[in-house]
Amino acid sequence: MRSDRLRRRHATTRVFRLLCATLAWAGIVILAVLLFHVTREGIRWLDLQFLTEFPSRFPEQAGIKSALWGTVWLIILTAGFSIPVGVAAAIYLEEFSPKDRLSQLIEVNIGNLAGVPSIVYGILGLVLFVRFLALGRSVLAGSLTMTLLILPVIIIAAREALRAVPDSIRQAAFALGATRWQAVRAQVLPVALPGILTGVILALSRAIGETAPLVMIGALTYVAFVPEGPMDAFTALPIQIFNWASRPQENFHQLAAAGIMVLLVTLLLMNATAVWIRQRAERTGR
Amino acid sequence: MNTQTRSNAHISATEQAQPVLDVIDVTIRYGDKPAINKVSLSIPQHRITAIIGPSGCGKSTMLRAFNRMNDFIPNVGMEGQILYMGSDIYAREVDPVEVRRRIGMVFQKPNPFPKSIFQNVAWGPSINGFSGNLEARVEQSIRRAALWEEVSDRLHESALALSGGQQQRLCIARALAMEPDVILMDEPCSALDPVSTARIEDLMFELKERYTIVIVTHNMQQAARVSNLTAFLENGSLVEFGETDQVFTRPRNKRTEEYVTGRFG
Ligand SMILES: Nc1ncnc2c1ncn2[C@@H]1O[C@H](COP(=O)(O)OP(=O)(O)OP(=O)(O)O)[C@@H](O)[C@H]1O
Ligand SMILES: [Mg+2]
Repeated sequence: MRSDRLRRRHATTRVFRLLCATLAWAGIVILAVLLFHVTREGIRWLDLQFLTEFPSRFPEQAGIKSALWGTVWLIILTAGFSIPVGVAAAIYLEEFSPKDRLSQLIEVNIGNLAGVPSIVYGILGLVLFVRFLALGRSVLAGSLTMTLLILPVIIIAAREALRAVPDSIRQAAFALGATRWQAVRAQVLPVALPGILTGVILALSRAIGETAPLVMIGALTYVAFVPEGPMDAFTALPIQIFNWASRPQENFHQLAAAGIMVLLVTLLLMNATAVWIRQRAERTGR
Repeated sequence: MNTQTRSNAHISATEQAQPVLDVIDVTIRYGDKPAINKVSLSIPQHRITAIIGPSGCGKSTMLRAFNRMNDFIPNVGMEGQILYMGSDIYAREVDPVEVRRRIGMVFQKPNPFPKSIFQNVAWGPSINGFSGNLEARVEQSIRRAALWEEVSDRLHESALALSGGQQQRLCIARALAMEPDVILMDEPCSALDPVSTARIEDLMFELKERYTIVIVTHNMQQAARVSNLTAFLENGSLVEFGETDQVFTRPRNKRTEEYVTGRFG
């Protein structure tokens, strides 16, 4: 009777484990199929010329240079704006502001903002940056729009990371006569840094893949130059990919696949950088 | 209660020792629930004062009031005065950061920073504008905390690699590096084995030459062994305060007697 029940409990565990494993593998298999498909389509076009040529009407001569550089510009500027603002906001909300009604309201609002469809940020960017601030269809306007889009994500992730720092560390710092800023700067932030970095990278990865807001603010689809300053017009990888994929010729579809591979490798590089920085931070922390 | 406290202080052999901390009619509330109720006592210089009492009686609350660590808990209210060297540490013009530089604290659970042993000890002086020889200050502090032999060859390794007892002594060293006048210890040995506990008790004996120590403890033997004075709290009220010998051998109050002989609590 007793062991019967025990057996049933073990059986439940097995079933559950099987279920979880199946789901986990399903995700990996789908990803693998996708990668395989993309690679088979695009590998033929993926060479140095593809990276160093501008787009062209002739698939054999077409390259992704302008989109790649546009994305690089976009990411660097977006990171430059969103990381300081987002992390500072998170530090203020988590470590300094009183935990009252107002801060709860702000918290709920930020949560909501993170869920607003990206096209809405595109509209906001168009009105605010492109028209009102007269930045035009520049890479600056694009990255400011992207900054708005990912700020909530960065703030939420950074707050989460700060909240995970044990309070005993703050107490220890305060008991040594540290001011709040000294405690945060020297003891809390280093511990939270890996978590903050993870959040930042996830947010920037999202920005890399976004198309809608850029189309909205009028990023170009056919660009035969590389932006040389923040006020230059630009295009970005996902826009170029979309452009190729929507053409009727099979060759352009394959170019789109090659473009996707470039996008994926860029993402991979960014994530690798984050892991590297994080491990370094953790090592010096010990 | 008040008069009893005063008279204790009067007849004690510690009367010549100047009070470092003077607690006058202090009431501390969490929300509207009082945790400390009209407590008055004076803590003399270069002595070890133990605060004992059943769980939840307000020992930690009292201790945190001495270096304004209660400021970080929302909804804490305080009435009465706490004087440090004669001046009110809760006065409006007093910067709590300044108070905490003079009145250090060691917590129940060792809480070293996740950094090197050296950085743990050096950080306090360096943020407080210490301009002397930092290495010497660190070594001196670790020596005073009776930890030097064990860590001198690995100062730049992680503090988290130390044992619990070593970590707690490191936390004591970290507090000493600030050269405070007073060191508050909230059950510093409760996470430690008997050997580490004995080491920290020995340490307290040496430290009292230079510092005033207030220790919260659940361990009656520890209070009896290490302290010069003992305060017995119950339900937020000070039941008895006097020379440790007297409190343990000839308690004036029935409740104290029951508690120290282990009949309740
Ligand atoms: N942050 C807080 N918020 C609300 N009430 C609290 C808080 N901290 C303590 N209290 C209450 O105040 C009373 C005294 O708590 P305190 O921690 O000072 O007791 P203690 O004597 O240190 O107990 P222990 O021996 O278990 O550590 C308890 O009733 C406790 O529930
Ligand atoms: Mg306590």
